[in-house]
Amino acid sequence: MSFYLTYFAIGIGLFAFSAVFALVGVYAERKVSAFIQDRLGPTETGKFGMLQTLADGLKLIQKELIVPAAADKLLFIMAPAIIFIAVYMGFAAMPWGPGLVPTSLNLGLFYIFAIISIETLGILMAGWGSNNKYSILGSMRSVAQIISYEIPAGFAIISVVMIAQSLNMQTIATQQGILSTEGVKFFGFWDVSKIGGIFAWNIFRAPHLLIAFVIYFIASLAESNRAPFDIPEAESELVAGFHTEYTGMRFAFVFFSEYSMMFLVSMISVVLFLGAWNTPLPNVGVVHLANWTTGNGWGIIWILVKSLTLVGVQMWIRWTLPRLRVDQLMNLCWKVLTPLAFACMLISGIWRIFLM
Amino acid sequence: MLKDRKVKIKKIPESSKSRFRQNRKVIPESRKSRFRQHIMGILESQKSRFRQMNNKAINGFTTAWKGLSLTIRHLFASNAKRKVIPASDNNYFKQLEGTNTIQYPKQSISVPEVGRYQLDVEIDDCIVCDLCAKICPVNCIDIESIKATEVIGQTSDGSKKMLYAAKFDIDMAKCMYCGLCTIVCPTECIVMTNQYDRTVFELSDLTYKFSDMTTEEAAEKQALLDKQLAEKQAAKLAAMKQKEGGA
Repeated sequence: MSFYLTYFAIGIGLFAFSAVFALVGVYAERKVSAFIQDRLGPTETGKFGMLQTLADGLKLIQKELIVPAAADKLLFIMAPAIIFIAVYMGFAAMPWGPGLVPTSLNLGLFYIFAIISIETLGILMAGWGSNNKYSILGSMRSVAQIISYEIPAGFAIISVVMIAQSLNMQTIATQQGILSTEGVKFFGFWDVSKIGGIFAWNIFRAPHLLIAFVIYFIASLAESNRAPFDIPEAESELVAGFHTEYTGMRFAFVFFSEYSMMFLVSMISVVLFLGAWNTPLPNVGVVHLANWTTGNGWGIIWILVKSLTLVGVQMWIRWTLPRLRVDQLMNLCWKVLTPLAFACMLISGIWRIFLM
Repeated sequence: MLKDRKVKIKKIPESSKSRFRQNRKVIPESRKSRFRQHIMGILESQKSRFRQMNNKAINGFTTAWKGLSLTIRHLFASNAKRKVIPASDNNYFKQLEGTNTIQYPKQSISVPEVGRYQLDVEIDDCIVCDLCAKICPVNCIDIESIKATEVIGQTSDGSKKMLYAAKFDIDMAKCMYCGLCTIVCPTECIVMTNQYDRTVFELSDLTYKFSDMTTEEAAEKQALLDKQLAEKQAAKLAAMKQKEGGA
């Protein structure tokens, strides 16, 4: 019986985490954008405006849930739930520490990749259900973009899987540090199984994975509909894209899922490329920094720090680069990222055979 | 940047051409087939295209990095509060560096004392000549005057006041801030002030009423005027009758 309680506790914990992260994330986004533009951002609600997003949330809860008269009611009402649940369920297979993973799936990475794709369905439902030209245009763009960018993202991931020889997120994470059971080689020649730290991360085990990481990072920006790939919700052209017609908590859930998605894709890149919950500090001689800073508590800290840094980079990029046009977007995806990802996959195979 | 790129695009086909001519000299005419020529041409063009694409990608990354480094500098730059100093100050443009925007309702940039902002009327100095209402291009000034029975006072510049202003309304929602009314005013009683932030909850609050007369007072003055006019009329009639009687 008690394991059911654990299930619920983990589910509620992850939900609470994504909700709190959305609140903090929106606040951070507003502050980062403000500082980049020499403004101050929210300052009025609470100290430094820290209660601003909470106040916004309270406002959204009180708002009326409007269903447009011409909307397809079932699709319209279900869409935000599907969008959010798809992203939320992705967290199920994410490892947080050496022994800390909600479900240790053999097919973890495949599952995450598949469940994130369900979000596309939700976005299409939202756009179609709204029965509004801006919404449908936004969702069509979103679907075209996400499906296109899944190809370079997928090949970047496969190049990691070929090195790791596993789809289990926890196994991939364990390989990148001192807890690894097989030998870890820095750049394929220096055995760092006992040293660990930053040298054992995937991007340093096989340097071409650095390119794969950049490819995955760019593709993940597109998958979470973040600028410069935010044509699905291009404010200047499409009002707000697929969530134009949403109000109140339904809108809040679309927003939640955007921020959860940001964190989830950052966490996936961290697990696959940047050493997951492993410490960046290596063992140097008698100073066993890596041994001292590995554990469940440390694992949560490291993975949070790494993921939040990537989220910060996402925000930084959003407030710098202008939106790509649809043809530029497809150009980048099919003519630059996809061939590069293929090359990475090829090198991964050669690397696995000859250098590992 | 654009200029550089143009030059590069021109250069590549030229160099490929010259290389092609060299090849022509080496290979005897008989052995060189048209097909081979064709293939070579395609290869060369593909090469240059690839080089162009490569340049484009590198250019994309460098320019993106330029932007990113600019924004990160601003992200970590000092975010000091900006001091409110007038535009005439020597330091006015220098202090834009390293400070954030003006926090408006709490701080505001000083504006010239007689800027073209809200209109204000010193009704005591007004002689109700109606010139401002006549010159207004958008008819936002609405004046009703009542003739006084006698001189009712003097303005501060010594003009005699002969009219009461029963109504002196300016609709600031209509006003186009041209300032013509302030130019024609003979007593300079209508001026533009440095007040610009007038936000109201009711549109009617944007109609400023400058008349200091109540409706009762206006009615009283009107009655007095009517009485005086009637008296005058009566006096006129009496005089006419007397004239007729005398004749």
